[in-house]
Amino acid sequence: MPKHDTPLLDELEKGPWPSFVTDLKRQAEKKPECWDILGQLELSFKDKITHWKHGGIVGVFGYGGGIVGRYSDVPERFPGVAHFHTVRLNQPSSKFYSSAKLRDICDLWEKYGSGMTNMHGSTGDLVLLGTTTPNLEPLFYDLTHNLNQDLGGSGSNLRTPECCLGRARCEWGCYDTQDLCHTLTMHYQDEIHRPAFPYKFKFKFSGCPNDCVAAIARSDFAVIGTWRDDIRIDQAAVKGYVKGEFAPNGGAHSGKDWGKFDIKKEVLDLCPTECMWMEGDTLKIDNSECTRCMHCINVMPRALRPGVKQGATICVGAKAPILDGAQFATMTIPFVEVKKNEDGEFAEVVEVIEKIWDWWMEVGKNRERVGETIMRVGLPTFLKVMEVTPVPQHVKEPRSNPYVFWQEDEVEGGFERDVKEFRKRNAQ
Amino acid sequence: MGYDPANPMVDRITDIGPPHYEQFFPPVVKKNYGKWLYHELLQPGVLMHKGESGDECYTVRVGCARLISIELIREICDVADKHCDGYVRWTTRNNVEFMVDAKAKVQPLLDDLKSRGNKFPVGGTGASVSNCVHTQGWIHCHTPATDASGVVKAVMDELFDYFTSHKLPAQVRVALACCLNMCGAVHASDIAILGVHRKPPMIDHDAITGLCELPLAISSCPLGAVKPATVKNSAGEDIKSVKVNADRCMYCGNCYTMCPAMPLADPDGDGIAILVGGKVSNSRSMPMFSKLVIPFLPNTPPRWPETVAAVKNILETYAKDARKYERVGEWTARIGWEKFFEKTGIPFTIKSVDDYRLAYDTWRTTTQFKFTSHIK
Repeated sequence: MPKHDTPLLDELEKGPWPSFVTDLKRQAEKKPECWDILGQLELSFKDKITHWKHGGIVGVFGYGGGIVGRYSDVPERFPGVAHFHTVRLNQPSSKFYSSAKLRDICDLWEKYGSGMTNMHGSTGDLVLLGTTTPNLEPLFYDLTHNLNQDLGGSGSNLRTPECCLGRARCEWGCYDTQDLCHTLTMHYQDEIHRPAFPYKFKFKFSGCPNDCVAAIARSDFAVIGTWRDDIRIDQAAVKGYVKGEFAPNGGAHSGKDWGKFDIKKEVLDLCPTECMWMEGDTLKIDNSECTRCMHCINVMPRALRPGVKQGATICVGAKAPILDGAQFATMTIPFVEVKKNEDGEFAEVVEVIEKIWDWWMEVGKNRERVGETIMRVGLPTFLKVMEVTPVPQHVKEPRSNPYVFWQEDEVEGGFERDVKEFRKRNAQ
Repeated sequence: MGYDPANPMVDRITDIGPPHYEQFFPPVVKKNYGKWLYHELLQPGVLMHKGESGDECYTVRVGCARLISIELIREICDVADKHCDGYVRWTTRNNVEFMVDAKAKVQPLLDDLKSRGNKFPVGGTGASVSNCVHTQGWIHCHTPATDASGVVKAVMDELFDYFTSHKLPAQVRVALACCLNMCGAVHASDIAILGVHRKPPMIDHDAITGLCELPLAISSCPLGAVKPATVKNSAGEDIKSVKVNADRCMYCGNCYTMCPAMPLADPDGDGIAILVGGKVSNSRSMPMFSKLVIPFLPNTPPRWPETVAAVKNILETYAKDARKYERVGEWTARIGWEKFFEKTGIPFTIKSVDDYRLAYDTWRTTTQFKFTSHIK
């Protein structure tokens, strides 16, 4: 495949940020189909429109997801990308790799694909961009036999679960995000590989309310670490911050002179519940008022730590705008411990997941995310389905209209009445 | 052995899932798992995590394109082999993290990264603009309204100085999704760059019969703008097809997702909307959605100067005006949106007034507002 002139793309080789164009050109020296990627992209830059056709169902035997079909709409001009399917590899939890593993993946992709990847896709998969239909089965064979790896999800199935790096290198992981993510990924291989849902379903696991994997915004099932006892305080370290011995927020503001650290202005006054105060040089917290927002802990990581009675809050039903508008996940289960049982399963979490699925698979409409189903039937119905006792924490505020759907058995005497008897007492 | 096309099901291995994460942990991570005490940022892009054991893990974070070649991954492996016992990780924002277990190992790692041209910019920590997460765009997607990698490269070139420093009031998350499907879920970003269409779908009556299930195409429309119709194809035959009520179309493209005979992409119709003020974290304030402040900017490859300028203007107005720790959405909540439009100089148009579902929640139902230049 010959090189194409790419005057527009060449402009993206300038500037300080790493250039994907330079990278593509380097790859094209070994994988000439990359010249056709560049050529077709240049054409899109010129025409201001995509040159990829709509979809196309391809895959490997026995799986209903993991490969996304992609075909060029100008294949004669760019035969190297005539078929250009996407392969999603399920990434290891929190995306740590050994160079040996990465080199194996690179060798596999040099053999069967274009050499281009996404590290990583938006849902978390390691995405291999660009291969042909005849290469899919041999690639899958080598992937499973030689690399001990598997495909991720696509379509109306459980999408590849994703977690923050949690306890691996963060002091705030309130449960083991990697273990939960990996264990559930293994538990639900069938649901990841064989679509059986009304629409996609995403799990995301964040270790604390900072929510680094955006679970509350992006996942149908968000498990977000929290605690239910007292924030741990190292008063000596508090004094250290006050004296200016430690940089606030771990040094996150080092590039601008914001003045001397002021614990009142920067911590106490920014606490959303105003539950902190100083007694002399001692920091006090009324933990019963705390909503565990993380601000004080973020600002003074040496002095404050989440409590020791740790677990997670489960929120359900986030999604991007299509179609009814964006939704954040709704707080459903205030606290679970996230503990493994003797069988090595997170049974309590699994029970919640399967209660949602059993119901959603029954009542969810085609291409309806679970958050939209909940919107359609109402949170009260969903809480009943989940067998969750309604608590004030489920709402930001009580309803402001009186239109309660009373059940007949809640109303004395029921709904059936005799209008003739009524008329005897109350004339027309 | 290898794959035998004559016997594809022989020795087949399925459902083995991803490799267990623990085998990829650097020794210092494995040893201190769950026992970290605190962290510090030694300089932009360099983190130190302190373990209860006294161990220290130093992390160097580098920016990286999301679209990368195996050649570049191999180069990343070379760096990991040379400095990090062969371990490396990626963050959720497509940054690469190299970890070492002693402070003395940090500078040689930084020097090595610096010697490799502009491939590995160090930064993306603390009060910075971290890497701009994004979707596929014209490089690999069939429904985009704009490119992704190209726009992001142009934006990050311009914001580079904010990636490599800690001079903002708080972290600023910039994200791009190349159409309303939002694979990149930019709806909770400080600054969101969103590809939008502005023309209703065309209908390919010659192709629709073979390509689409009409009831699915009709029911895909959230506003009921797609209706069944009997029309003549180019051969003059009456066929069952659909029609689109253009007045009701909001250009979401959901019909095209369900029916390839209804393309809506267009060089002039497509472009970029800018939304601001979203956040995911629960820190201080609750998670917030991004709000639409610029309804449309044209697609102007290769460097999208209008979009780049708009993002930079919002970022720098915020940087000048916001208080320490305030995210973009917290800043706008404090000063009010009328002040946001005044300070940024972004013209307020009726297109920022919501008329979709739940719109009433965003209308002002109080006499409290600020007199800005908007009120004559």
